[in-house]
Amino acid sequence: MSVQTLAAGFQDNVLESQSVFRAAMDAMARPGRVVPLVCALAPPAPLNAEAAALVLALCDYETPLWLDARLAAEPAVAEFLRFHTGAAIVAEPMAARFALVAEPLEMPEFSAFAPGTPDYPDASVTLILQVSGFAGAGWALQGPGIKGETRFGAAPLPHDFTARMAANRALFPLGVDLLLAGAGGVVGLPRSVTVREG
Amino acid sequence: MNAPLLATGTTSTTGAMPEIRYNFAYLDEQTKRMIRRAILKAIAIPGYQVPFAAREMPMPYGWGTGGVQVTAAVLGPDDVLKVIDQGADDTTNAVAIRGFFEKTARVATTTVTTQATVIQTRHRIPETALSENQILVYQVPIPEPLRFLEPRETETRQLHALAEYGLMHVKLYEDIARHGHIATTYAYPVEVAGRYVMDPSPIPKFDNPKMDDCPALQLFGAGREKRIYAIPPHTRVRSLDFEDHPFKVQRFAKPCALCAATGVYLDEVILDDRGGRMFVCSDTDYCNTRQAQGHVGELGVPGGGFPQNAVMPGRNSGIHDVPPSHPVQDVDPRVKPGDDGISGGTPPAGMTREGTI
Repeated sequence: MSVQTLAAGFQDNVLESQSVFRAAMDAMARPGRVVPLVCALAPPAPLNAEAAALVLALCDYETPLWLDARLAAEPAVAEFLRFHTGAAIVAEPMAARFALVAEPLEMPEFSAFAPGTPDYPDASVTLILQVSGFAGAGWALQGPGIKGETRFGAAPLPHDFTARMAANRALFPLGVDLLLAGAGGVVGLPRSVTVREG
Repeated sequence: MNAPLLATGTTSTTGAMPEIRYNFAYLDEQTKRMIRRAILKAIAIPGYQVPFAAREMPMPYGWGTGGVQVTAAVLGPDDVLKVIDQGADDTTNAVAIRGFFEKTARVATTTVTTQATVIQTRHRIPETALSENQILVYQVPIPEPLRFLEPRETETRQLHALAEYGLMHVKLYEDIARHGHIATTYAYPVEVAGRYVMDPSPIPKFDNPKMDDCPALQLFGAGREKRIYAIPPHTRVRSLDFEDHPFKVQRFAKPCALCAATGVYLDEVILDDRGGRMFVCSDTDYCNTRQAQGHVGELGVPGGGFPQNAVMPGRNSGIHDVPPSHPVQDVDPRVKPGDDGISGGTPPAGMTREGTI
């Protein structure tokens, strides 16, 4: 690999990391809301700019990172992430603190990832799912961060998404937390959220 | 010996001291990422105390090192920061922390609750209702609500894991047995989103109802104890109580002596050595705003009022812009190396400068 092929990271690491984090925090605090995430990254395909920004803002040598099959098939992605974050790329999903999924339709079960332990429920994975858009309002969300109920839609997501989220909610306070990234925005779905069809 | 200090880099205009530049908001980027990850997990598990690797800050433990680290991790250049200590903008802790971020992050600051986007607080929640665009950062001394009942961390961790909060109810019951009512008046334990029991930091229980269904995000930082926890917006926060002893907040017999506000938390101010006293709003911004609107209490001054905040003398209230230059390390040219104060020069009459204490 030559240096020239490596895509650039943040122009201003400090301020861009901060604004990306604030978007992720707002998204996590208000599940289902599409929080704008503007960034000028041009990561190697199939990694999208929003997901790349989240990883660059949140990951470092302390956070083992797992890539799904589609991203792992592209060595440039791992090289890009490894260079800019210093995070170890792991093959075992259970070992990861962050997991990047480019193909949510084919992603493993949530149970393949670390849900935390009863003593330390924070020792759990954050799944970053790449989506192409937040169109539609197929799901109704309830839980902390939501006043009453809110509508939410995104695609693509696993076909059994509602069942997966229900199983994840049943584990509370254990569970995995989701950040959906794409189309200039990020949506947070923490483990505390209840997702209903319709 | 009198040669100026050598400076390899640029020098500040105030003297021969080398200019010290900190990263934006003081903390290094790896520390901020670590804190940010803890904040995200804290939001995802409302009320659960996330351990984090708190750093040493340039202030002593107990002065808000946890809150400062949380603020430093969330703060951006467009934020407007307000810092309160027991409701007041002009007390030592608030002034010091506001100055810290003016210098290291060069953010605009304010004393007006409605103008702030990030509010760091020690032991109060502002009287003015918060909005969804605001973040409230609490300074927390002891984050573990069960700590005085069970000193072992291993044990309290297991009690939280099992949602076993009987101890806390026994403690509140013992209050009733001894005093006839629940005598806990501050740091009153709350249950967050129906799961974790949480210490709301030593706010008066008067403020507990404001945490419930609050539109603002609430973050808690405990520096010495190395914990971060959070209450997302619009989350159910219930103060623990019993059916026959429901949770009640303090009531005050008289309104604020300066602005005549009722239904607010009041501070006692001693006026003389013959028992004279008055009760005034603990939230100085709220009191000043009401006085400016023409409300006058029994000891207030009509027309213009008697503003509580003497903070930042010579500057108007409202948003204060970023300090113009040399954001960090103001060097007072009067300070000589080895001196321990800014009162360089002739000592006041009757005092000598010999020796150090």
